[in-house]
Amino acid sequence: MSRPKRQLMMGNQACVQGALRAGLRFYAGYPITPSTEVTEGCARELPKTGGRFLQMEDEIGAISAVVGASVAGVKAMTATSGPGYSLMVENIGYAYMIEAPCVIVNVQRGGPSTGLPTKTSQSDTMQTRWGPHGDYTAIAVAPSTVADTVTETIRAFNLAERFRTPVTILLDEVIGHMQEMISLPEPGEYQVVDRVKPTCPPEEYEPYGSTDNFVNPMPAYGDGYRWYATGLTHDAMGFPTNRPDEIVVNLDKLRRKIEDFRDEICKVRADWMDDAEFALVSYGSVSRTALLATKLAREAGVKVGCLQLQTVWPFPLAQLRELLQDCTAVIVAELNMGQIVREVERVAPPQARVHSLLRYDGEILTPIQFLEKIEEVRS
Amino acid sequence: MTTTAESVAEQRRSDVHLSYLRPHKKFPNLWCPGCGNGIVMSSLVRAIDKLGLPRDEVALVSGIGCSSRMPVYLDFQALHTTHGRALAFATGVKFARPDLKVIVITGDGDALSIGGNHLIHACRRNIDITTILINNYIYGMTGGQVSPTTPSGAYATTTPFGNTEKHFEPCDLAKGAGATFVARTTVYHTPQMDRVLADAIAHHGFSFVEVLSNCHTYFGRLNRLGSATALLQMFKEKTTSVGKTEESANGKIPIGVLHRDLETTELCDEYQKIVDSLSKGKQG
Repeated sequence: MSRPKRQLMMGNQACVQGALRAGLRFYAGYPITPSTEVTEGCARELPKTGGRFLQMEDEIGAISAVVGASVAGVKAMTATSGPGYSLMVENIGYAYMIEAPCVIVNVQRGGPSTGLPTKTSQSDTMQTRWGPHGDYTAIAVAPSTVADTVTETIRAFNLAERFRTPVTILLDEVIGHMQEMISLPEPGEYQVVDRVKPTCPPEEYEPYGSTDNFVNPMPAYGDGYRWYATGLTHDAMGFPTNRPDEIVVNLDKLRRKIEDFRDEICKVRADWMDDAEFALVSYGSVSRTALLATKLAREAGVKVGCLQLQTVWPFPLAQLRELLQDCTAVIVAELNMGQIVREVERVAPPQARVHSLLRYDGEILTPIQFLEKIEEVRS
Repeated sequence: MTTTAESVAEQRRSDVHLSYLRPHKKFPNLWCPGCGNGIVMSSLVRAIDKLGLPRDEVALVSGIGCSSRMPVYLDFQALHTTHGRALAFATGVKFARPDLKVIVITGDGDALSIGGNHLIHACRRNIDITTILINNYIYGMTGGQVSPTTPSGAYATTTPFGNTEKHFEPCDLAKGAGATFVARTTVYHTPQMDRVLADAIAHHGFSFVEVLSNCHTYFGRLNRLGSATALLQMFKEKTTSVGKTEESANGKIPIGVLHRDLETTELCDEYQKIVDSLSKGKQG
């Protein structure tokens, strides 16, 4: 067997490669630093595979076109950064409500507002969970390497199709623009999930009817089902409703289709955790430094373990509860003023103190900062 | 007295309407009695029926407002989207699936205010979408606020002392932005509306139809213009067929097909050429 071809690639380009492997057929975007390479890559690559690319008039238009393409029957994606994500929030909410599978890449930069266009940040973590108004449950993945970005992008598409929901890929400027040598996976080396289509006669089809897993089969336009989708709270047929019992069914469906199946979604990478007294919890680019700091601390004889949240939302409650149960201290590291730390506090065992290691000046956390924090926590 | 032949023909016409209504959707609709939206809906059904479009291949996309509720009643693929965004969603549907016939139902507030940017860019792209803008000069669903087509001086709940702003001319805007089929009609002129809608849907490119419609509930009441029938009468009196000289038009609003451009290329066609050339390059 020939050795897989290795190539130097940027995170943003790796995201395009992952999306194409997952079956991306439609991309609509709007230029914004530091995500533009995703848009440019799709403009170049999609028509070669028979897919379609559009640069829309703004980010609201981009996410709207993506949702339109998704309900029409194709896999669709957009990429942006904080300011663009803020504009998209309206119709990400719409996608949650009508249950349109789609993927949104947020290559994070500093905020609020236009903030730091060329500097890294993880300050959109909570916006990813709570961006659109109303009650729903979000899914977000956070790769930490260029190779990860390929596989996590494929996973994001698979989750979107499986759960009929928008999925956010939380990149940050560091991962988006960093170049690493990677081998792209060949067909057969990864799984591709497609939305389930209805098989019943059209007259029996209920687009939002009750099912075992709260997810309904989704026909493509032209398949003969002629269903109706609305952002209004709807009944089993998709028609607007004000009936209290139907409202509760609609909202519970959005929550339970994800909450009841967390095990399928939540992914945590654990290194040196078996005998760890101290745990470092991080996600995205920070996990790279955390892993190095863990190695250095272990060499110095300190029992540190490293946890990387590959799924940020839904927060991996059960996994963290189990992994942290014997720890005496937890250090949560993020490039913001403290967002995921509160989620960790809710699952940390009673004996463990939870500390924050934060940086929000546009720079990355260094191994020295980790080691100093570990020393501070030990003393 | 009607003859048997006439009543049979009438019965057949109403059967056409019934056959396009959603089987599971309970009526009555949410529009006020006498609303022009129902007149536009029946005209749309007749236009689609006349063109013989397979109903699985028609997708209706709408935004927010009274008129945007139309797709819930009709038995087609339907996407009832967010305020102002119908054209952006429709662009995604059409560009992803050029085989579909995509029709956008929108209103003056939806298309010209919050959705103004999406409208001009959809016109500019000349993507093969038909947009029916039902212009009733006011925000009806939220209870009578001023819209971008409310005439200067007119009253709305947010212009209690008269509108101090200027209004948009939707057809001029669409033509200026690059729409390749532009027409205006009214809910009084239903035979013309049937023809215009059929022509607009058959047009290969971005087609834009403004339908002047009555909101007697808010625009009529706040401006003391009378009942639904009084407003229909007004549409009859204040409009004239397109093509008249300025003198003979006598200040009346021209109705009919205002602009038709068969030269400009359509977006999906142009993109397909790129896809085809790239796939040829791969083979060669």
